Amino acid sequence: MARWRYYSSSKQSRAIPRIEPRLAILSTLIALVLSVVTVRLYYLQIIRHKEFVELADRNRIRIHRQPALRGLVFDTHHRPLVDTKPSFDAVMVPEDVRNIKQTVARLEGLLGQDNVTAKLNQAEDEGRPPFDPVTVEEHLGWQQVVSLETHQLQLPGISLEVMPQRHYIYGPLAAHLLGYVGEVAEGDLRHANEYRMGDEIGKFGLERVFESQLRGQAGGQEIEVDSVGRRLKLLREIPEIPGQSVVLSLDLDLQQAAEKAMGTWSGALVAIDPNTGYILAMVSHPAFDPNIFANGITSVQWRGLTTDPAHPLANRAIAGTYPPGSTFKLIDAIAALEDHTLTPATTYFCPGGLYYGNREYHCWRKQGHGTLSVHRAIVGSCDVFFYQVGIHLGIDRLAQWARLLGLGEKSGIDLDNERPGVMPSSLWKQKRFHQRWYPAETLSVAIGQGYVAATPLQMAMVAAEIANGGTRYKPQFVKEEEALDGSVVRKFPPIVERRIRLDPVVLDIVRSGMCDVVNGEGGTGHAAHLDNITVCGKTGTSQVVKEAGNARIAEDKEPMKYRDHGWFVAYAPSDHPHIAIAAVVEHGGHGGSSAGPVVHDVLQKFFELYPPPGSKPAAPGAGTPQAAPNPAPQSQPEGSVAARGD
Amino acid sequence: MALDRRLVYHFDWTLFMMTLGLAGVGLLSVLSASWGGPKHVLDPLVVRQLVWIGVGTALMAAAAFFDYRALATYAYPLYAMTVGLLAAVMVAGHVTGGSRRWLNLGVLRLEPSELAKLAVVLVMVRYLREEPPRGGWSFRQMIIPAVLLGVPMALVLKQPDLGTGIILALAAATLIFASGLNGRVLLIAMLAGALAAPAGWHYLKPYQKQRLVSFINPESDPLGAGYHIIQSEIAIGAGGAWGKGFLKGTQARLNFLPEQTTDFIFAVFAEEFGFAGSILLMALYAGVIARGIWIARHARDRFGQLLAVGLTAIVFWQVAINVGMASGVLPVVGIPLPLVSYGGSSLIAMMAAMGVMISINTRRYLF
Repeated sequence: MARWRYYSSSKQSRAIPRIEPRLAILSTLIALVLSVVTVRLYYLQIIRHKEFVELADRNRIRIHRQPALRGLVFDTHHRPLVDTKPSFDAVMVPEDVRNIKQTVARLEGLLGQDNVTAKLNQAEDEGRPPFDPVTVEEHLGWQQVVSLETHQLQLPGISLEVMPQRHYIYGPLAAHLLGYVGEVAEGDLRHANEYRMGDEIGKFGLERVFESQLRGQAGGQEIEVDSVGRRLKLLREIPEIPGQSVVLSLDLDLQQAAEKAMGTWSGALVAIDPNTGYILAMVSHPAFDPNIFANGITSVQWRGLTTDPAHPLANRAIAGTYPPGSTFKLIDAIAALEDHTLTPATTYFCPGGLYYGNREYHCWRKQGHGTLSVHRAIVGSCDVFFYQVGIHLGIDRLAQWARLLGLGEKSGIDLDNERPGVMPSSLWKQKRFHQRWYPAETLSVAIGQGYVAATPLQMAMVAAEIANGGTRYKPQFVKEEEALDGSVVRKFPPIVERRIRLDPVVLDIVRSGMCDVVNGEGGTGHAAHLDNITVCGKTGTSQVVKEAGNARIAEDKEPMKYRDHGWFVAYAPSDHPHIAIAAVVEHGGHGGSSAGPVVHDVLQKFFELYPPPGSKPAAPGAGTPQAAPNPAPQSQPEGSVAARGD
Repeated sequence: MALDRRLVYHFDWTLFMMTLGLAGVGLLSVLSASWGGPKHVLDPLVVRQLVWIGVGTALMAAAAFFDYRALATYAYPLYAMTVGLLAAVMVAGHVTGGSRRWLNLGVLRLEPSELAKLAVVLVMVRYLREEPPRGGWSFRQMIIPAVLLGVPMALVLKQPDLGTGIILALAAATLIFASGLNGRVLLIAMLAGALAAPAGWHYLKPYQKQRLVSFINPESDPLGAGYHIIQSEIAIGAGGAWGKGFLKGTQARLNFLPEQTTDFIFAVFAEEFGFAGSILLMALYAGVIARGIWIARHARDRFGQLLAVGLTAIVFWQVAINVGMASGVLPVVGIPLPLVSYGGSSLIAMMAAMGVMISINTRRYLF
């Protein structure tokens, strides 16, 4: 303390300062500083040691991910539908390029691109070292690959990198069912930590629903790198596990025939095995080519797809809901017969229309059908008969049966965006509109108009239920998952959702009606007739707009967008059905002439592929709709007066 | 003239061995920082450092047997020569990393700012060896020392070499304080310094400002200016209690550390030898410094006393700032870790300085 006083005391401040006391002060200062440094070192090396070890490891270890090979998709006969093909990217290692300007100019010439410099500049701005390869162009066309290969010697530092790319072998074939893949979105990254930026992920359809099976497990390498990212040493390697392949129930030949039969129509078709619930073909038009997503879809292409008024991305087979039109009469008949408000002997008189309330409800056949029973009513698709059936049955009992058969509910198919459609009832209307049900509305529903709306899949399943006697299967399109070596990993056996108890007498009446629709005199569905197979079916026409008064415009002069949608549901052969089918053709006019030929072609192909035992092969030339009998009623417009909203 | 036997008898082996010990630590650290696998043990850097240690040891021995009092005679000429060299650097210096610091002398490159540390200490001691008047040095009497400091400091800062500039100022300040500055002048100087600091900000180069900003918040620019601090802290912290082992530090071997053979060599050492090694190294420095103060206390003349204080101050301030910077308690400035960092000029100058200290210690018995 004496030293301190030496400085503060004014008396002694006039003395000559000595070095020693000041050295003591310096020593104290030095000891203090060195202590602070030591404490700091203790803090870093002892207290925060673990944290820094982790940081040091994160510094030096890079994980190079090797995405797993995505599983393939096969048709029912193991023919590949979706595989992975090599895609070529042009890659430049700036360090290896001797004359950047010249090389870039040459490369841009060969690629027909002028953005190479921009990509190099971007990589430089990101601070990527010159030995880090820069992808200058992705998904090269074959021409570009060839020209780069042949000019390899003039392009030092440029190489081709092979990347796996999802390949849809048949382009738009079954596009809505197969779906597509795309680069994982930031939103998905947050949920699933096994994904990394740039990974491929199923975005739609089968690719999305079966993502976890198809994807496999990415492998990778832990690589030690130095501060500039140069790879030094392989620390650990985790092999990737390839994804599982999927065997569909879809038949490639049948699917191709269905796509072809649908032609340029908009609409959808579902063919299903009534004994298993397996989907045999599923078409939705217009379609898209899923390969454009794998190529890295451009914003122009994406905007084109999403803003197209024809909605090519929507799967109409499961998400398109259409008034089922006269195909709904099958449900009327089943419901009323089961309910005994209708018997096989019941007859009604059709004068061409029916007064109900204070307005007239037309039959599509202006001259009327005369007196007829349920069989003839189905064959001739008499509206008045089914108006009567609806009136006597009532909406709620009708709705009960329709729902039992699968209307108004999702089928449970393993695809996203399925829509349930609508099967109205008085309760439904109360909930939806807070209004009571008007009996007149039942008339609309009875002919498949008004509120009722169904998807092609739902109607195909109704046909399948009639065909198999009332068993409702879960519609499935995947039969098996298999490993890379072909061993089956998981089977998808048929799943019975419910057995609807249908009286065999009722079934007989409805089935024979359907057979005569296609084959009998006065039937509306002769377009689907096959020479050697008995096809049973039902036509339908669903109205797009309310009729403008009673003055119908001649159908072929109507603008396209106001034309009715044509329906056709069918199953075949009549005795042991192997296929049930529903097709809707948007704005195709009446179902007999639009959807009928489509169904005809698909059935023809099906029995070509799977001839029923004992049948003789199809006569040559019978494969076209033109060759099918073309009976008189078909030229008659099938239509109805809907009382929608009345 | 035969060597006085007492010179040998009283030779300061403690300081000599501690100096060689530090140089050994430096050699190991340079070897580790430049490690390129067992096939390249003798990296040119290691070979050169080894040669310099040899030269430095010889020079240290020579200085130990050289009568330090003669240095008073050579103080001004040596000072003038150093200022001349610094001026020559301005004109014909070799530029590395944006700074003009080296003179190319054919075979070797000389860094005159390292010599400037010794020259400034020597010339200050030469001036301050006179006994101060009653009450201590007045403000006016400090004008000449200020000029003596200011000329080489301005040249060094112009290079720019902020680190050496700071060391020159701190060493001079330590000497002025120890030699008896008036208490009131000291207080006023400290106050003025505190007030001038914000103004000094104005004269800093943008990169120097950036360093200060990133020192306060390293995460503000983790890949830029803050990178050095973060990587160095990671290396030191990853060392833990016992270190990763010699040649096993990943931060240095994979070049995550900046300036790892020179300014950040402490991080290389701390990563491989851990807290235990760091404490040992700090103890070695503390030993050298304590020995320096002890020599200053026991030197027979005021010149020897102050010379020991000045040389010790150079060691202390460099260690404090270098380790403080590497461990993140001080902003990044380019200051070598004395006797350990790679670099001939610094190493040889520091070893020579230790030799002078030994000379001071040994000669207290001779007169």
